[in-house]
Amino acid sequence: MLDDLDRKIIAALQDDLPLVPEPYKAVAERLGIGEAELLARLAGYRERGEMRRMGAVLRHREIGYAANALCAWQVPADRLDEVAAKMTASAAVTHCYARVPRDGWPYNFYIMLHGHTRAECSRLAAELAAELGLGEFVMLFSTKEWKKTSMRYFGEGER
Amino acid sequence: MLNDFDKRLLNIIQSDIPLVSRPFAALAERLGADEGTVIDRLRFLRDNGFIRRIGPFFDSGRLGYVSTLVALAVEPDALPAVAAAVNAYPGVTHNYEREGKYNLWFALLSPHMAAQERVLAEVAGLPGIKRLLNLPATKKFKVNVRFTLE
Repeated sequence: MLDDLDRKIIAALQDDLPLVPEPYKAVAERLGIGEAELLARLAGYRERGEMRRMGAVLRHREIGYAANALCAWQVPADRLDEVAAKMTASAAVTHCYARVPRDGWPYNFYIMLHGHTRAECSRLAAELAAELGLGEFVMLFSTKEWKKTSMRYFGEGER
Repeated sequence: MLNDFDKRLLNIIQSDIPLVSRPFAALAERLGADEGTVIDRLRFLRDNGFIRRIGPFFDSGRLGYVSTLVALAVEPDALPAVAAAVNAYPGVTHNYEREGKYNLWFALLSPHMAAQERVLAEVAGLPGIKRLLNLPATKKFKVNVRFTLE
């Protein structure tokens, strides 16, 4: 279980890691703990899977991946694992979830596809559909980004 | 424009930044550069919008948060106001307008289910909402946003 210090550490690390030679030391000082303790806690989060990685997120449009489509599929329940394994093998597929379908919206499986162009996304989806024998899917291209931020865990005002 | 060094740096930096006292020196070693160059280029790449964030990425579920994907069918005239109202929730991390009947899609993280239910009820009551689909995940297969720059 996370203790109070863990929550403080995680909240503090929602800001960018400082771009200085000893970034963890800088964060630790802000938290009033030692660098070794911070590094040990971070290693623990990573070991237990609470932290997926310490790294950078790129702005995909700026680096040339201008198109993204959320693709929603109808996948038979007994094929979810097999279909997911095939789809997630593609580097263009960055997210993959099974989700609850709803009345009038029968899709139970979602991937996020990134490509340089819309045509590239469409071609990839068509290839996946053909390869897996899945006919029922929709491509939901984004037309406007209203918000994209990283979550600020354990922040102020959380209810 | 990005030079070859930037691209190599971006390819590496998306994966693990080492949990050691001098992580940028460790990255520099892999790149055959020095620590100062790595830090300078990272600052440039961040300040010029190529890098969105540098830091840890957590698994929200393992931190105790509940997440869902929400699709809204919104009257076109009401879209900007609805998008702004949705954005105001701190747990909304992504909010995209998309083509189709369901024209606004957002991801919502909440510290517990009661908080999620409250937000969804408030959003469903906004003017101009025709329908709200709550699409929680039943299984997560992949979350790995990494790009290869060539």
